[in-house]
Amino acid sequence: MSERKLVGIVLVSHSATVAESVADLARGLVGDGTDVPVAAAGGTEDGRFGTSAALITRAAAEVDQGAGVAVLADLGSAVLTVKALLEDDELPHDIRLLDAPFVEGAIAAAVTAATGADLTAVEAAAGEAYAYRKV
Amino acid sequence: MLDAGFLIRWLTTAAALVEREADRLTELDSPIGDADHGANLRRGFTAVTAALAKEAPATPRAVLQLAGRQLISTVGGASGPLYGTLLRGTGKALGDAAEVSEAEFAAALRAGVEAVMRLGGAAPGDKTMVDALLPAVDALDAGFGAARDAAERGAEATVPLQARKGRASYLGERSVGHQDPGATSAALLIAALADSQEQGEDSTS
Repeated sequence: MSERKLVGIVLVSHSATVAESVADLARGLVGDGTDVPVAAAGGTEDGRFGTSAALITRAAAEVDQGAGVAVLADLGSAVLTVKALLEDDELPHDIRLLDAPFVEGAIAAAVTAATGADLTAVEAAAGEAYAYRKV
Repeated sequence: MLDAGFLIRWLTTAAALVEREADRLTELDSPIGDADHGANLRRGFTAVTAALAKEAPATPRAVLQLAGRQLISTVGGASGPLYGTLLRGTGKALGDAAEVSEAEFAAALRAGVEAVMRLGGAAPGDKTMVDALLPAVDALDAGFGAARDAAERGAEATVPLQARKGRASYLGERSVGHQDPGATSAALLIAALADSQEQGEDSTS
C-alpha cells in the first residue's frame, strides 16, 4: 500500500453503541481495501449515555495521521464538548467539527477520505449529505 | 479586591450548594430533560473541589481555568461544556492579575456569559441557563447580592417559557410550566458568589 496520509474521522455520539456501529458501517462502506482511520468516541468513560472529553481527545490522537481530523457529533453535549475542546486547543492542530448529519455524513466523510482527499473535501462531502432528501 | 482565594471559596460554596440541591435539580430535569442534571453537576463540582484542593492555583484566572477544565471533562452532559466555558471565558477576560476589582470581575463574568451564548447559541427567553446568567451580570454593578436576586428571579421566570434549546425543545409546548433546571443551577452558582463574599466579610470582621 501507499504511504499516503488520510484524513482521520472521529465519531462522537451520546451512545457508545451508536458511535461504534456507525464507525463499522462507514469502514464497511468504504469497501476498496483502504483502511480509513475512523475512531468512535461514544458515551461516557464509565459507560453511561453522554459525552467524554477524554474519549474524544484519545480518539482524535488515534486517527491523526497528519492529514487532518474530521469530527462528526450527534447532539447537545457531543457537539458542545467538541466545540469547547476546540476553543481550548486541546485537540490535534488540524481538526474540524463538521456540520453534517451523523450517519450519512460519516459515510460520505469516510468514502471521501479513502480517496486521499484533503480535510476541506471531506468536510464538503459530509455537508452535502444534508442535501439528500428522502421523500 | 478578589484574589484566587476568593474564587476558590466561590467554587467550593457552589459545590456545596449543588450537593445540597442536586436532588431538586434532577427533579426539575425529570419532566423536560433526561433527569441527570443534579447528578451530572454533582460529579463535576466534586471534581472541581478535589482539583482545587490539590493544586490551589495562584491567580483568579488559573482557578477558573482549572475548574472549567474539570467541568468539561467530568460532567458528561451539555452543562459540562457550558459551565466550563462560562468559567474559562471569565478567566480569560480576567488576565493574569493576582487580584481583580469587583468591577473587573463583573466585566469578565459578562464575557464568560457571552462565551456561553456563542457556544450554545442560546438567546434570552430560550429557557436556558442564559435566562438566569444574563440578568445576574446586568445586576452585578449593584453588587453580588443584587445579582443573586436577579438570577433567582430569572430562573423563576423560565416557568412559562417554551424551550428552544436542548432536549426540552423537542417537547414544544409541553416544556411550558416547568422551571428550567439549567437556569436553576445557574442561579445557584451566582448565589454562591454572594454567599462567599458574605462569608469573607464575616471572617474579617
